[in-house]
Amino acid sequence: MTMQDVAGQTATKPKLALYWAASCGGCEIAILELHEKVLEVPANFDLVFWPVAMDVKYADVEGMEPDSIDLCLFNGAIRTSENEHLAQVLREKSKTLVAFGSCAMEGCIPGLANATTKEAIFNAAYHASPSTVNPDRVEPQTIWDLPEGQVSLPTFFESVKTLDQVVDVDYFIPGCPPEAHRIWEVIELIVSGGPLPPPGAVIGAGDQTVCEECLRTREEKRIKEFVRPHQIIADPELCLLDQGIVCMGPATRSGCGGLCVGAGSPCRGCYGPPPNVRDQGLNMMSALASVVDATEATEIQAILDQIADPVGTFHRFSLPHSTFGRVQP
Amino acid sequence: MPENGFNPKIVGFLCNWCAYSGADLAGVSRIQSSPTLRPIRVMCSGRIDPGFVFTALKSGADGVLLAGCHPGDCHYSEGNYLCLRRTLMMKKLLGGFGIDEERLRLEWISASEGDKYSKVSWEMENRIRELGPLELKQ
Repeated sequence: MTMQDVAGQTATKPKLALYWAASCGGCEIAILELHEKVLEVPANFDLVFWPVAMDVKYADVEGMEPDSIDLCLFNGAIRTSENEHLAQVLREKSKTLVAFGSCAMEGCIPGLANATTKEAIFNAAYHASPSTVNPDRVEPQTIWDLPEGQVSLPTFFESVKTLDQVVDVDYFIPGCPPEAHRIWEVIELIVSGGPLPPPGAVIGAGDQTVCEECLRTREEKRIKEFVRPHQIIADPELCLLDQGIVCMGPATRSGCGGLCVGAGSPCRGCYGPPPNVRDQGLNMMSALASVVDATEATEIQAILDQIADPVGTFHRFSLPHSTFGRVQP
Repeated sequence: MPENGFNPKIVGFLCNWCAYSGADLAGVSRIQSSPTLRPIRVMCSGRIDPGFVFTALKSGADGVLLAGCHPGDCHYSEGNYLCLRRTLMMKKLLGGFGIDEERLRLEWISASEGDKYSKVSWEMENRIRELGPLELKQ
C-alpha cells in the first residue's frame, strides 16, 4: 500500500478532534472506558487532534482549513486565554462542535472557582497553602523577558466560563464524566449518518430526571431535618431525600442510570438540569423548600440552616451556567 | 425623583387574590404608592418560581417584593406557606451569592390592606436606595 492509498483512505473517513481545556482528564478516561470499542473510533474516524494521545501542535490546527474537522468533542471549562483561543480555533475548524462533559457544558467542579476570586486562588496556590515555601512572593507572569528572548504564559481569567459562553456550540453531552455507553450511542448515531437532533440539543442523555432511573422507594416527602451522608446509616431501599439527605435527583437529567443513588450515595447533579430547566440549582432549591415540613418562619429557618453551603450544594456542577454565573466578590 | 441619579427598579410579584387586590385598592383609594415598584400579577404566591426572582435581579432589578395572602388565608390553602419556605431558602442562597438578602422582601397583604401595600412600597424603595444599585460582576 502506498502512502497515497493511505491518504486516499483517510480522506474518506470523517475527521475527529478531541480537546481538553480546564478539566481533570476524566472525560478522556471515559472515552477509554469504551474498552475494545475504542478501536472502532479510529476505524471510523480520522483522528486529527487529540493532545492527550497524539503529538499535534497548535500551529497544525491553526493551519487547517475552516470546517475541515467533521466532529470536535471539546471537554473542559474555559479558565485561561489558552482555553479560549483553542475554543475559537476549534469552532472555526469544526463543522460540529460538541461540549463534551459537564465542564464544557456547565463549568462543573473547575467552575466552583467562581465562588471565590482570582486573587484568592493565587494567594492560596502560591502563598498560603501549608506546603508552599515562597519567601520572594513569586507569582506567574503572563510575559517575562529572559536573555534568550520573551516567554509567555496564558492569562488566568477572573471567572470560569463554559464553552457556549465563548463560542457557538452545536450539541451538549452532559456528565462528569459522560457514561461510556452514552458516548458510544452518540458515536454510533454520527457514524450511521442518521438524522441528527436540532442544534443546541443535549445528546447522550435521557429526557427525564434521575429519580425516574432510581430504584429506591419514594414516599410522600415531609422533611423535618436535613442530614449529611456521613451522619446517618441510610436505609438501602428508601429514597435518600425522604431520609433528609440532599439528593439532586429531582433536578438532574436522567442518563447515568442512577449510578450514585444505586450505590447508596446521593445524586450530586452532574448530568445537569432536566429539559426546560435553565438553572439547576434554583430548581433543586425550589423542590427542597416545598417539602420542608414546617409553616412557622423560625422553624423553617432552623431546618434550612442544616443545609451546609447552599451555593456549592445546589450549583456544584453548574455555577458558571447559573443565573448569576458567579458569587459576587 | 432620582436621588444621586439612582432610580431604583423594584419588581413586585403579587398574588391575584390578596396582594394584587390590595394594590388595586390603594389605587382606587388614591393612596400614593412608590413608582419604583413594578407589580406583576401571579395567581398565587406559591406560583413564584425562584427563577423569577433571580432572573429579575439578573436583568436589572435592584430589589424584588413578593406579596401574598396572610397565613391561613391562601385561596389555594397553602401556596403562601410554599412561598414563605422558598423565600427563606432564596435569602439564604442570595447571601451565598454575595447579594444582600434585604433586596428580597416577602409581605402578607390582604385585599383590604391598600394602605399596607403603599407603606411597604415606600419602605422597600427607601431600603433599596440605602443599599444602592445592584451591580453584578460576570
